[in-house]
Amino acid sequence: MKRYLPLIIFAVLCVFLVIGLQLNPKEVPSPLVNKAAPDFRLPILNDTKKEFVPADMKGQVWLLNVWASWCVSCREEHPLLNNLAKQNILPIIGLNYKDKDGPASEWLINMGNPYQLSVIDAGGQVGINYGVYGVPESFLIDQKGTIVHKFIGPLTLSSIQNELIPMINKLKAAQ
Amino acid sequence: MLSRAKALWLPFFCTLIAVITICFTGNSRADEAKSLADNPALEAQVMNVAVDLRCLVCQNETIAGSHADLAIDLRNQIRDQLQQGKSKQDIIDYMVARYGDFVLYNPPLKKNTLFLWLGPFALLVIGFTILLRHIRREQQLTAPLVNSSTDIARARELLKKPQKELE
Repeated sequence: MKRYLPLIIFAVLCVFLVIGLQLNPKEVPSPLVNKAAPDFRLPILNDTKKEFVPADMKGQVWLLNVWASWCVSCREEHPLLNNLAKQNILPIIGLNYKDKDGPASEWLINMGNPYQLSVIDAGGQVGINYGVYGVPESFLIDQKGTIVHKFIGPLTLSSIQNELIPMINKLKAAQ
Repeated sequence: MLSRAKALWLPFFCTLIAVITICFTGNSRADEAKSLADNPALEAQVMNVAVDLRCLVCQNETIAGSHADLAIDLRNQIRDQLQQGKSKQDIIDYMVARYGDFVLYNPPLKKNTLFLWLGPFALLVIGFTILLRHIRREQQLTAPLVNSSTDIARARELLKKPQKELE
């Protein structure tokens, strides 16, 4: 037994290494999860006379998706959002982060618009309040306005099917 | 050999190049230098807060050192809040509320960081224990097997006895 001890220690270290390599250091746990979604009042893209506040969504489970026309990964995510919107599972609100209205509108025309509406956060202040650091990000918000989950980086087919949809179903069932 | 005319031209030409270079490099850094020139004391305060905060985009850089867009926004945020009279702790709390403890370069002692803080000391204790045991064993091995005259006498006595009795 004793002569195998170094080998065992080495094996344990290897296991830790393998686990460590599979973690994503870019996914920083958000302190906002299980807290009330930060409030804001922002003009709506393509309808700038109107404003949107998160309280407008009270009573609904909704997704706040942070996007920008300059964001490369958003391009990858966008068809999935279009698909999700078609299924009518939940309303998706876009937070157009540090973008310009012209390119943003064009982007929605070219790529399709999965959003019930998008709000303009040109200065990125609301982004800071939501702890956004890697666009795209998505916040799942429940009926009471609490952030249930934060998806960092683009949503994938598997994260939608295995995480997002079960979470939505659970929230709707709990009501 | 240079003619007299050329010798006069050469320093002039060099100076011209130097002036042009300075003008252009000065220009490209105008954005950064501007805020510093406005209020160097405030800028020093901004940097004092920013060096303790991690940039979430380039995770191994501080907000003070990073050129990422978000770091620039957060430096502006720090500057605004300092101008509003907020303290360093207020600003750090503000950042932690949004980005979590990860934003701190100096993680606080909490339940989930206990291993991080105490782990090295635990490893040190384990290392010392192993070392001590090793040294003791080494000492036992090198110690003389027979160390007193009574031991020798006992050994002689035992050797005299027949094998059976010993068992």
